[in-house]
Amino acid sequence: MKKGSASYEFVKGLWKENPVLVMLLGMCPTLAVSNSAINGIAMGLAVIFVLVMSSLIISAIRKLIPSEVRIPSFIVVIATFVTMTDLFFKARYPDISKALGPFIPLIIVNCIILARQEAFASKNSVGLSLVDAIGMGLGFTWVLFLLGTIREILGFGTWFGHPVLGGWFHPLIVMILPPGAFITLGVLVGLKNMIKKES
Amino acid sequence: MSLFIIIIATVLVNNFVLSYFLGICPFLGVSGKASSAIGMGFAVTFVMTFTAAITWLIKYKILIPFHLPFLEYVSFILIIASLVQFVEMFLKKSVPGLYRALGIYLPLITTNCAILGMALLGSLRNYNFIENLVFGFGAGIGFTLALVIMAGIREELEFADVPKPLQGAGITLILAGLLALAFMGFSGMISGG
Repeated sequence: MKKGSASYEFVKGLWKENPVLVMLLGMCPTLAVSNSAINGIAMGLAVIFVLVMSSLIISAIRKLIPSEVRIPSFIVVIATFVTMTDLFFKARYPDISKALGPFIPLIIVNCIILARQEAFASKNSVGLSLVDAIGMGLGFTWVLFLLGTIREILGFGTWFGHPVLGGWFHPLIVMILPPGAFITLGVLVGLKNMIKKES
Repeated sequence: MSLFIIIIATVLVNNFVLSYFLGICPFLGVSGKASSAIGMGFAVTFVMTFTAAITWLIKYKILIPFHLPFLEYVSFILIIASLVQFVEMFLKKSVPGLYRALGIYLPLITTNCAILGMALLGSLRNYNFIENLVFGFGAGIGFTLALVIMAGIREELEFADVPKPLQGAGITLILAGLLALAFMGFSGMISGG
């Protein structure tokens, strides 16, 4: 796979340039909403939607935006889609909307989205930007899902709300509290570096 | 009394960085040296206090009377972006010393999620004007505190023997976890908040 081809732009977000584990972007939602697998997936899907729609719009109008005001223009486009997502969650999934709290509106300042607009969508065609956005969004989602799974199983002994560990297991409450989030993500970043070095 | 509780709650008990996970990017990025951590902390506190005042006025004097609550996010982020720009111009003209000290940290603040997070949390909690102002100030001080403590630890870390794969981001996150554990000692000091 060579740089610039559609398959390369798709796969890089999943592993080699993973937004969370390698580029350390979007840490706030990653840490805050990964206390259960379902929250991780919901957040991931919301980010994929906003990322894909903003990349589409911005790569389509990239030649019309003067470069001096590009950042405010990106933010307005992103904020519009985030408002839509937030209203959708509030209407259809009020429980998840409550659990994610202010972290849905905070997608506006999620560095992943702005970084992809600045680094990719504002310089590439609509097709490539779409592929890049989906790849990056999925890369973000799987890390969130994994983190949510680890923390939910160790912290509650459940997975998607169903008990998976027997009665002998004492939930480690610290895993669902802030320290558990920081430490689990730190270990994951370390593991990623270890695997990268061996291959 | 309640204003005092808001300050203690935002600085220690519900520290923005360590228990709300807001402003993690600058927390990881700028906490390498204590001097830059202090500069960043002051810039953020400054902008946060102003943001708290202006977003409150926008919400209660414009958005609610004109039935435009769906514009909340768009208007808040635009206010923050223009406020950062304005603060930058103001400092450059009238307090050049402080401007030079803050330097490159000012423009970075726009995308700091702690600022928008503070504006949104304050709006969710229906604070009155003074409470919101104190909340914004406390959030900034809490951010500065976490950043400076972390920078102090990381300066010492340069002499430690960290396993190779954990060097850099890995060990910083684990340290943040331990720091968060320490800050959890404050929980229960104030209920709610």
